[in-house]
Amino acid sequence: MDELDKRLINHLQDGFPICDAPYAKVAEQIGITEQILLQRLQALLDQGILSRFGPMYHAEQLGGALTLAAVKAPEERFEQIAEIINAFPEVAHNYAREHELNMWFVLATESPEQIGEVIEKIERQTGLQVYNMPKIKEYYVGLRFEA
Amino acid sequence: MTLDAVDRQIILATQAGLPLVPQPYRFVARQVGISVEELMRRMEAIRESGVIRRIGAVPNHYKLGYKFNGMTVWDVNDDMIDELGAQVGRLDFVSHCYHRPRHLPDWPYNLFAMVHSKSKEGVQEKIAVIEQVLGKHCRGQTVLYSSRILKKTGLRIGG
Repeated sequence: MDELDKRLINHLQDGFPICDAPYAKVAEQIGITEQILLQRLQALLDQGILSRFGPMYHAEQLGGALTLAAVKAPEERFEQIAEIINAFPEVAHNYAREHELNMWFVLATESPEQIGEVIEKIERQTGLQVYNMPKIKEYYVGLRFEA
Repeated sequence: MTLDAVDRQIILATQAGLPLVPQPYRFVARQVGISVEELMRRMEAIRESGVIRRIGAVPNHYKLGYKFNGMTVWDVNDDMIDELGAQVGRLDFVSHCYHRPRHLPDWPYNLFAMVHSKSKEGVQEKIAVIEQVLGKHCRGQTVLYSSRILKKTGLRIGG
């Protein structure tokens, strides 16, 4: 990643225009050609430095539901529990965390009722209590990272 | 906002990303089968409504060197949480900030703030700033570092 890549990443996190030739417009703001911008973006995506380029949608506003949940997975069964939980297509992310509640996952479903159903299935298949922590209120969500 | 079938098609066509071609909206409009003018008008409306949070680059923060991701959790007085949550959410190093339910007795924490840093010390410094914001209204806190990603897929709606 060079200085130009860093500038692109920082610039393009803030918002991308909706117009007929948006890459040309952004390239002009940065002072490069559209072709270089497209090449750089493609390379950053290929290298996995950018995981995505495009609109970020708000799941709940699409009628779906999201929740954060956690379990206390006993160390000796940790991998097995992860496998069971990850097999659910509704599990979007799953992280091991250093705490007694050591496995934290996000459930995303098409409807709010499905959250409870999936949690019940996970409890049955793992034999563990699922701590469901749906958001009561969102104060901020922004994913800006300085490159 | 109520999304109609065309809006839903637009979401399906763009949720994996915008194409890297000089006229990306024209490309998507052709896929959906509408004019580029209509597509842009609809996307503006979807963005206005908040269904699109933003359009742009989503960096992989690990690859940018942000390897320490602390989920900081706080036990805050319920009658102060909205005011304090809003203040913590405004700190520039907090990427997500939510009020979530407690599970007493073993989980007393109701305010969650994700903090990202390039070092563990960096996370600790940021925790100290949050501590100052919460002051006497906070009864306890801890931080949960992620030790491993077990699964990560983007959020997707079905077709």
